[in-house]
Amino acid sequence: MTEYINLKTPLSDSDVEKLETGDKVRISGILYTARDAAHKRLVEMIESGKDLPFDLKGQLLYYVGPAPAKPGYEIGPAGPTTSYRMDTYTPTFIKMGLKGTIGKGGRSEEVIEAMKEYKAVYLAAVGGAAALIAKRIKKVRIIAFEDLGPEAIRELKVENFPAIVVNDTKGNDLYKTGSDKYKAPS
Amino acid sequence: MRQINTEEITDTVEKICIDANYNLGDDLVVSLQNALNEEESPLGKEVIAQILENAEIGRNEQVPVCQDTGFAVVFVEIGQEVIIEGQSLQESINEGVRRGYKNGYLRKSIVKNPLDRVNTGDNTPAAIHTDIVPGDKLKITFIAKGGGCENMSRTAMLTPAQGRDGVIDFVVNTVKDAGANPCPPIIVGVGLGGTFEYVTLLSKKAILRPVGSHNKDSNTAHLEADLLEGINKLGIGPQGFGGKITALAVHVETYPCHIASLPVAVNIECHSHRPKSIVI
Repeated sequence: MTEYINLKTPLSDSDVEKLETGDKVRISGILYTARDAAHKRLVEMIESGKDLPFDLKGQLLYYVGPAPAKPGYEIGPAGPTTSYRMDTYTPTFIKMGLKGTIGKGGRSEEVIEAMKEYKAVYLAAVGGAAALIAKRIKKVRIIAFEDLGPEAIRELKVENFPAIVVNDTKGNDLYKTGSDKYKAPS
Repeated sequence: MRQINTEEITDTVEKICIDANYNLGDDLVVSLQNALNEEESPLGKEVIAQILENAEIGRNEQVPVCQDTGFAVVFVEIGQEVIIEGQSLQESINEGVRRGYKNGYLRKSIVKNPLDRVNTGDNTPAAIHTDIVPGDKLKITFIAKGGGCENMSRTAMLTPAQGRDGVIDFVVNTVKDAGANPCPPIIVGVGLGGTFEYVTLLSKKAILRPVGSHNKDSNTAHLEADLLEGINKLGIGPQGFGGKITALAVHVETYPCHIASLPVAVNIECHSHRPKSIVI
């Protein structure tokens, strides 16, 4: 039951190709945060030929807008936000070498196809387990778009960040296989 | 007549914003514990165990259970024998939200204009609903409503001919289409009847009932049971990873409606269900 695969960022193609739908992973290293407004700005930067605030190659993007940190805490609660809102932007990043995204909820066909073609994975963290997840985030630094508040891009140093592989590089989808398995005959 | 000062309203709102975001209700925790026992999927069980552990961290460390500390939705039941003195009721509630979200280290998630999308910086304004009721009390109910589950909610104007089966289809399909997005296991608030605007408010009020409570009308309670069964047959399970428990509860509230109409609204609530009430 508690068989975890340890991932250390940055990730190579072979690191992600080993992962299969339903695998439980523990991530250590750096995660970059971005959600709705930051995605829009990043894609605008790419379209106008500007350098991004960080190199996407081999990295994981975490869809999160943390709550403010209480005194004595490095970061406030920081669980995943719903991923489909980022779907229109994600293939662009995957083509540029992003190795995966972390969020919750299903992805579009376009994102799943891009993950197959360019070798990337989609991981889910448990939505709403934000106080628990925050304990795995050891260091936080805002690196871009500070004016966006909770939506600013942050560099997170994480240790044993818990996630589950939803979409692997072969096009499998845990949301489909999982619900098919437990669906009652009607 | 009884006088209530808006200072007291502001203090109360500040307090419940924080309390609701840190301390999940006992009704919800019991419902999650039951779900942990009933769930058959190992991954589903692990998810529910994490949610319960997270709730304990919130309570023990006095931190928000979810980073999405919500749109502040405030229901005020004003006794008709109450005189509110001080500033405006609306501003006193918004000031309470402003203080609660600042002093409670809660996330500011509201943008001023839906298209310009500049953050208001203090999580105001609240969505405020007032009702005038008999008596000399003032009851304030706050709920932190997350964006992810609110986005999966729907309203439809069905035809009377579609009837009970049409309602069940619409509610179950809304949950099916939402899939993993709204953070299952969810609570489903259903409004039935009234008018286009009234039915959505009913669905939100349905969420506010104690988790797993039944409608007093036995036919409606039976509908709730059938809806819960239909939803939990979908197999979506905790976080959508597959399992028996997609919804913890379905609450239906009804109101009379027009001879031409069968309005239905589904308000989806994530497992981070954060309502609190205080009577002044």
